[in-house]
Amino acid sequence: MRHIISLLMENESGALSRVAGLFSARGYNIESLNVAPTEDPTMSRMTIVTSGSDDVIEQINKQLNKLVDVVTVMDLTDGDHIERELMLVKVRADGADREELKRMTDIFRGRIIDVTDKTYTIELTGTGYKLDRFLQAIEPGLILETVRTGASGIGRGDRILSL
Amino acid sequence: MELTGAEITIRCLQEEGVEYVFGYPGGAVLFIYDELFKQEQVKHVLVRHEQAAVHAADGYARSTDKVGVALVTSGPGVTNAVTGIATAYLDSIPMVVISGQVPTSFIGEDAFQEVDAVGITRPCVKHNFLVKDAKDIASTLKKAFYLAKSGRPGPVLVDIPKDVSNQKAEYSYPATVSIRSYNPQVQGDIGQIKRAAQMLLEAKRPMIYAGGGVILSDASKQLTELVRLLGAPCTNTLMGLGGFPASDKQFVGMLGMHGTYEANMGMQNCDVLLAVGARFDDRVIGNVAHFNSVPRKIIHIDIDPASISKRVKVDVSIVGDVAHVVSDLLAALNSSKQKPDAAALKGWWKQIDEWRGANSLVYKNSTELIKPQYVIETLHKITHGDAFVTSDVGQHQMWTAQYYKFNEPRRWINSGGLGTMGFGLPAAMGVQLAHPGATVACVTGEGSIQMNIQELSTCKQYNLPIKIIALNNRYLGMVRQWQEFFHGNRYSHSYMDALPDFVKLAEAYGHVGIKVEKPADVEGALKEAFARKDDLVFLDFRTDSTENVYPMVPGGKGLSEVILAEDL
Repeated sequence: MRHIISLLMENESGALSRVAGLFSARGYNIESLNVAPTEDPTMSRMTIVTSGSDDVIEQINKQLNKLVDVVTVMDLTDGDHIERELMLVKVRADGADREELKRMTDIFRGRIIDVTDKTYTIELTGTGYKLDRFLQAIEPGLILETVRTGASGIGRGDRILSL
Repeated sequence: MELTGAEITIRCLQEEGVEYVFGYPGGAVLFIYDELFKQEQVKHVLVRHEQAAVHAADGYARSTDKVGVALVTSGPGVTNAVTGIATAYLDSIPMVVISGQVPTSFIGEDAFQEVDAVGITRPCVKHNFLVKDAKDIASTLKKAFYLAKSGRPGPVLVDIPKDVSNQKAEYSYPATVSIRSYNPQVQGDIGQIKRAAQMLLEAKRPMIYAGGGVILSDASKQLTELVRLLGAPCTNTLMGLGGFPASDKQFVGMLGMHGTYEANMGMQNCDVLLAVGARFDDRVIGNVAHFNSVPRKIIHIDIDPASISKRVKVDVSIVGDVAHVVSDLLAALNSSKQKPDAAALKGWWKQIDEWRGANSLVYKNSTELIKPQYVIETLHKITHGDAFVTSDVGQHQMWTAQYYKFNEPRRWINSGGLGTMGFGLPAAMGVQLAHPGATVACVTGEGSIQMNIQELSTCKQYNLPIKIIALNNRYLGMVRQWQEFFHGNRYSHSYMDALPDFVKLAEAYGHVGIKVEKPADVEGALKEAFARKDDLVFLDFRTDSTENVYPMVPGGKGLSEVILAEDL
């Protein structure tokens, strides 16, 4: 089953490689992983999307907690949470396609953030599912480039991951 | 006070009360070696290969309750140390390894003797650090020693670039240390401990399975009290031997792949299993599905939450330091009105004694060929079971575990998790330095000993009167055994050809060598060797080349699917 694991870790060089190394050494899946510093510059927040049986997910949580650089770990999928991913798509926008792509972007509540006479660059956020649907909705031949961040997540309401 | 990074490094070791550093100098650690030279408090032991430095620090740590310390240079110094670090990691041995690194301005330029030490060791250390400024050395080393020793112990590497060791910085050794992301749980949950106590009191067929955690936590006294209170049989893992006295009638021997029949059958047939500082690894419980195929309640005490429910689901888990948890468990049992079920225990012991009757460690002695088991039994007799015994890896290791009955913790020093050939001799050096005057034996094979034989030179330099008991069967015995059992007797590259004359070799290093070829000479040779209190004696026992280790639970089989010697 798919899980989104969120963690706070020391913002130190090498911390990311410890997490990545743990996943590869123990044969755990990583669907996506993203990391950036938080409002406290000594700490980074990482979101890992992984999948596995309950036993494997339990081990992933425990093994992450065991890393000395990892401050705290939460499995967002254990409770109510919000998940968002950012995607940037560069598409060929010529002639009749130009209007069609603009309309599709509006339907998906995306924004066109860069325009040339031949291309649009579209920004879209949402769940991974929504981003997938957008890509399916436009003609594959028009897609020039896709960049996705992988999911970031946060607990709903009072669910807070902090020190 | 302003000091150089190298001075700070040595000051920190002094502050930590480090007695010995095992190491090998090189370009990147020259400043640190210079400071070592200028003082006498921290003694340095010069090995002949960095792997041996780490194993020696490891043996020192295992035989005491202190942190072992090794010092190596950058590049090949670190890569040679990796096997030793991984050995310590798999067996959770507290250790600090200090490595030199190329100057910070050279890092990443593929400089001479540069490797990414932090990257290369990452998967086999508890934690590691690259120190980029001399002002951080003291706090980093303080953290390193704290991490190595606390919680589930393990090796910690501190990589110090050459320019940092020569850079001046203000020095003060931190009195305390705290790491916000690291708070190992020491006390067990009282509710869980009470549940465990109740479960144990209600057990009809209880079994206690104790591992290396008992040794690391110095909890053998508490464990022994617990076993006696419960009246249950106790088995030890390879790493746990000595945690419960082998001469005790409640001891059923080691369990696992080469465990006794009674220990393995007890594991499989008990109704409540108490696992203490043990981790249900593959060599211990065999096939997991087979192990889980019988209904039994399992209580698991371990300091590492990740060890719990990793391979086997348990009913009651108690995370905490073994010594603390077992003490609390004893208190809970003592305060309960209920007593262990004496009638049920009587029946259980009747069953265990039946299994004992299989006499699974029996072997046929010979007047023609030296049986390896006989050598170990005689070793036990001559040393009154009171020696520190290190071993390498293979058949000799298993025979020593089976036939040298360890009554005390920290006497049995072997590489259990990683299974590192070449461990025994350098580990024995660390043990002998930690216990001058004590009897130290290194049981080895002609294969293993050659993996770090250069350390005979170190032993000479530091007058370490280790007794090397080489069970020389001219084969990589354990490989040969598997080839006999599972590969149609095709002895692919398991034959040790062109062996040196070990007697002459020992003599060349300035030691004493004795070759023993007849069973009748075994006892005399051992007596002679151990009477030579000040000499390293290399005993080359020419043993039966076809002897196998029994009992054996073949890989992938369950604990009760055992091959006994008599089956063949």
